[in-house]
Amino acid sequence: MYTDLVMDHFTNPRNVGEIEDADGVGQIGNPVCGDVMRISIAVDDTDHIADVKFKTFGCGAAVATSSMVTEMVMGKSLTEAAVVSNKAVAEALGGLPANKMHCSNLAADALHLAIQDYLVRSGREDEVDQILPSLPKDHEHSSH
Amino acid sequence: MKTVYFDHVATTPVDPRVLEAMLPFFSEHYGNPSELHRLGREARAAVDAARAQVASVLGAGEKEIVFTSGGTESDTLALAGSLARYQPGHLIVSAIEHPAVMEAARALNRQGWDVDFVPVDGDGVVDLDAYEQAFRDDTRLASIMFANNVIGTVQPVAELARIAHEKGALFHTDAVQAVGSLPVDVDELGVDLLSLSGHKLYGPKGVGALYVRRGTRLQPVIDGGGQERRLRSGTENVPGIVGLGVAITLAAEQLPEVGPRLESMRDRLMDGVLERVPEVTLLGHRTQRLPGNAAFSVRYIEGESMLLQMDAQGFMVSSGSACASGSLEPSHVVLALGLGAEDAHGSIRVSLGRENTVEEVDAFLEAFPPVVDKLRQMSPLYVKG
Repeated sequence: MYTDLVMDHFTNPRNVGEIEDADGVGQIGNPVCGDVMRISIAVDDTDHIADVKFKTFGCGAAVATSSMVTEMVMGKSLTEAAVVSNKAVAEALGGLPANKMHCSNLAADALHLAIQDYLVRSGREDEVDQILPSLPKDHEHSSH
Repeated sequence: MKTVYFDHVATTPVDPRVLEAMLPFFSEHYGNPSELHRLGREARAAVDAARAQVASVLGAGEKEIVFTSGGTESDTLALAGSLARYQPGHLIVSAIEHPAVMEAARALNRQGWDVDFVPVDGDGVVDLDAYEQAFRDDTRLASIMFANNVIGTVQPVAELARIAHEKGALFHTDAVQAVGSLPVDVDELGVDLLSLSGHKLYGPKGVGALYVRRGTRLQPVIDGGGQERRLRSGTENVPGIVGLGVAITLAAEQLPEVGPRLESMRDRLMDGVLERVPEVTLLGHRTQRLPGNAAFSVRYIEGESMLLQMDAQGFMVSSGSACASGSLEPSHVVLALGLGAEDAHGSIRVSLGRENTVEEVDAFLEAFPPVVDKLRQMSPLYVKG
């Protein structure tokens, strides 16, 4: 049911952990629903992601999408990272089973929340809407 | 890589002796049992012999055995078939039934039947007071599973049947996990209806049986040519039925040796996991459980992840997590024990079978703790104590 690439990211996840003194942290999901993803980022002076790590509670797809999104945005600018969507992450993994697309494919949302957290912490709230057009606002997974 | 199959609750391999008995009935003795010629008579004799084998193991009469396509059909026939002659009234099932009974009850509910889902205690044993109090004047049937597929807990079936009869209701038990793993005698239990399945006891998939106590009135759910004393139309699955007869006989013969051996391996596995992995809860009753079933909830991590990581190590186990089952809800069985949803997501089931060995259990006990550790290191919920 999972592609080889999903299984690869699941069994050998990239960038697991938490950045100490991270510049931004984003968390999405709810343990009651079975998925929680936390992504922390370090941002350099040129608004590029110098480091990104994840911790995830969830199924194989949840771990694999988290791992994949960290690979996709490592070294990218915030504006480039901001447009990486959940759908793009799933496509990069060669697709996910239909029943996983909704429940376990939230890693890009967690990343976007981390970028938002960074912008807010550094006093750049006014740039949030401009850099993050697709910020998860009231995702059902975080609201119940 | 050596692989170890620890998912016997899901299904079992067909015993080579069962397969051997079945094979001639595909292309050699392929007759239709309803026909009067030689091939037909051969097939009829084989079906009758298998019926005698099943009846003998259950302590039943041959006329009390109806062959079906499996556990789900047996459950459906038991519920829908026994209630068809009544105006909609009331039926009782437990909160931890297999979906086959659960959904048959819900289908009856849509036809106007009231359904009570009787709760279980923290070990998964039906609350006897709540059960007894659930009966009404118009309660026609109580259906409580013999042994649970997820957590392994075995119910006091004889007591439950006795109470149902006292209240004037029929009693059905889904014994799909029990038959072959535990001694099952329909008269000792006093049940009116009992479901069983071939592929859970080293027989083939696609065949099962329903025990119907003499005098229990049933209407078919599949109409047609009137096979199985009109209770289950459709040309008999002769190879499957032959396989079921042999499989159930072998299982019963081996039970006195296999049962205690499985229990001892199961206890070794349960004790080993509880000892080696912190913050693990045993699911189901400690002793009143299927001889080969061990089930746990592991805090801070999710069941499908455990399943896949163990699979990568060569161990095939199961999980009651939402993700592993393909639904969005964690197992209703684990929730019924009173666990929170987040702990229910972390459930894992290891079910042993007669071909497993102590060495395989010990290999599992070596492989499992590092997998838990790896996933916990990855979990945002885990804070090292």
